[in-house]
Amino acid sequence: MQLWLIPILPLAGFVINGLFGRRFSKSTINAIAIGSVVLSFAWVLKTLFGLAPLDSAYTERYFTWIQSGSLDIGCGFAVDRLTAVMLLVVTGIGSLIHIYSIGYMAHEGGYYRFFAYMNLFMFFMLVLVLGANYLVLFVGWEGVGLCSYLLIGFYFTKKIATDAGNKAFIVNRIGDFGFSLAMFLIFVTFGSLDFSKVFQQAPGASTTVLTTIGLLLLVGACGKSAQLPLYVWLPDAMAGPTPVSALIHAATMVTAGVYMTARSWPIYVHAPAAMDTMAVIGIATAFFAASIGLVQNDIKKVFAYSTVSQLGYMFVGVGCGAFSAGIWHLMTHAFFKALLFLGSGSVIHALSGEQDLRNMGGLRRKIPWTFWTMVCAAVAIAGVPPFSGFFSKDAILLAAHNHAPWMYWLGVVTAGMTAFYVFRAIFLAFFGDYRGHEHPHESPPVMWVPLAILAALSLVGGLLFKIPDFLRAFFPVQEAAEDQSLMLISVAFGLTGIFVAWLLYVAKPAMADSLAGAFRGLYTTLLNKFYVDEIYDAAVVTPVVGGSRWVLWKGTDAGLIDGAVNGVGSLARGVGGVLRQLQSGNIRSYATWILFGSVVAIVAMFIATTLPLGVLQ
Amino acid sequence: MLTQVPISWFLTLSAVLFALGVAGFLFRRSIITVFMSIELMLNAVNLSFITFSYHRQSIDGHLFAFFVMVVAAAEAAVGLAIILTIFKNRATLSIDDVDSMKN
Repeated sequence: MQLWLIPILPLAGFVINGLFGRRFSKSTINAIAIGSVVLSFAWVLKTLFGLAPLDSAYTERYFTWIQSGSLDIGCGFAVDRLTAVMLLVVTGIGSLIHIYSIGYMAHEGGYYRFFAYMNLFMFFMLVLVLGANYLVLFVGWEGVGLCSYLLIGFYFTKKIATDAGNKAFIVNRIGDFGFSLAMFLIFVTFGSLDFSKVFQQAPGASTTVLTTIGLLLLVGACGKSAQLPLYVWLPDAMAGPTPVSALIHAATMVTAGVYMTARSWPIYVHAPAAMDTMAVIGIATAFFAASIGLVQNDIKKVFAYSTVSQLGYMFVGVGCGAFSAGIWHLMTHAFFKALLFLGSGSVIHALSGEQDLRNMGGLRRKIPWTFWTMVCAAVAIAGVPPFSGFFSKDAILLAAHNHAPWMYWLGVVTAGMTAFYVFRAIFLAFFGDYRGHEHPHESPPVMWVPLAILAALSLVGGLLFKIPDFLRAFFPVQEAAEDQSLMLISVAFGLTGIFVAWLLYVAKPAMADSLAGAFRGLYTTLLNKFYVDEIYDAAVVTPVVGGSRWVLWKGTDAGLIDGAVNGVGSLARGVGGVLRQLQSGNIRSYATWILFGSVVAIVAMFIATTLPLGVLQ
Repeated sequence: MLTQVPISWFLTLSAVLFALGVAGFLFRRSIITVFMSIELMLNAVNLSFITFSYHRQSIDGHLFAFFVMVVAAAEAAVGLAIILTIFKNRATLSIDDVDSMKN
């Protein structure tokens, strides 16, 4: 079926635009970049129709990549139902965001560079989801990290952007370290990295080993999917262009951790402790990030914390054994969160770069397309039935209730907070009076058409794509105890969140400030994101930087190593300086030295021959 | 006749001449004088060679004396040429002024 064509097309786009894009016109760059991704999407569709119904995995092995002793790693791709979902999300949403970028990036410098990086990202992301073994997946995993770094720091003249890129890269290293250890352990335990072989043998391995593998994979997933305690890079990553936030930091890359853990379900089902840890991390992240999102003033920061929070839900789903619910939420989240980001990008574009919610307001009549599409996304994420977020979130919350009721309640409260902060952003940006100075203008059709498509998907995606049914055969069956009352409770919490947001920001705007004043301590803590960045700075960054500077740099490198090298140098110089005095250039001083030497030699010979020591005899 | 003169006299004369040569080399400023002092030292050494050659009834000392003379002649030719060039270029014969190798 030529699976390799799927990732190769964006790679070709990257190579062509990356090498020659500087000389191309914008329309040529567009044609290559968007064309390659759309073709890739088309090829995905063709492949999936060709492989339907895809009851078992279809694998292609291209060549042996690494062969050493019993280590045999092939470069190969595989498609099963899970991959099919991911492929459609990645290429489908990716195509829309690429098209949107034409409008968004129209006035930016480095146009070809942007699209080259985006295509490279698509290549690595597709390698990640197609990989037939852990190592190929890891190649994609690292590759998307690289592209994330490149695109966060896209505005490389801004220090804040390059710092954010570094932060993302460095924090992800911690997670990737865990992932690498997990791969070593998998190879040691199962003698292979191929998914098929590993998962076949997984039931036979000891629980301890499987739990260790599961926890190490979880460390990797926490880094990539921005979970506690490694989530700190994602909010900063918003320094990149908004389409990047939508594609990489909302819809696709950050969900790679969820995909990877769901893919590894045969390991996790035999490691309940790892799954419990995952669920607890997920629900804690969901609640924690949502609480920070309540008070942020930067529109992109609100949605960034929202992404962290929603990824937490996905972790809860996977951790509670509801793998298909996690993947379902991954897909619906890709729809509405990409839409929220693209919509906020459209707002930012309309206001010529303004991101602060306090400087917006009353935009609903000025940019109606953006407004209506964002409302679609907001009702989807708030869990209003029958829109997409409602179904997937409800499936996760149901699984959480079966697993542990306290998780359900925390999840429901988080759902209320989610509805609140999203509608807070909507109300602040689109209702009331305009508080800014720029003259807002609606975005061009190339931007709002993708928004409209995503809005349609956000609304009907949950009804249309019943992922749990699609993946029923793929994941282990779990009890489906439908519970109407639980569903009603979560919907009620969501509607309450919307109502409170309406009350505070439309009906009685003064109340928001008085509430913030009444709970000043809590408000400041939330506004400062629980001071997590400051704590990490003090606990990790400062000691590491200080240790590097004073011990490794000033002490070891400058003191010891440079000291030794410079010491040898200055010793030679000093000795030379003394000996240099002999080389006066004055013939008579040379002659005097010769005479002196001769006299010394003669005296020495005389002493040696006359004294009864017999040294020379 | 030579037998009446003790060998130590010849060697003493040689040493005195050599010492004079060294002293002249060290203490005189004029390059010409320094040059002459070198010749003096060479000839003092020649005298020693000849003395030992006679004393040991061996031809080796003579051989060395002739070698030294040949070298001294060549040295005189080259050395005088150098001295002439120096004088032409610098208008001085003071040995202390010829120090462009310094620094």
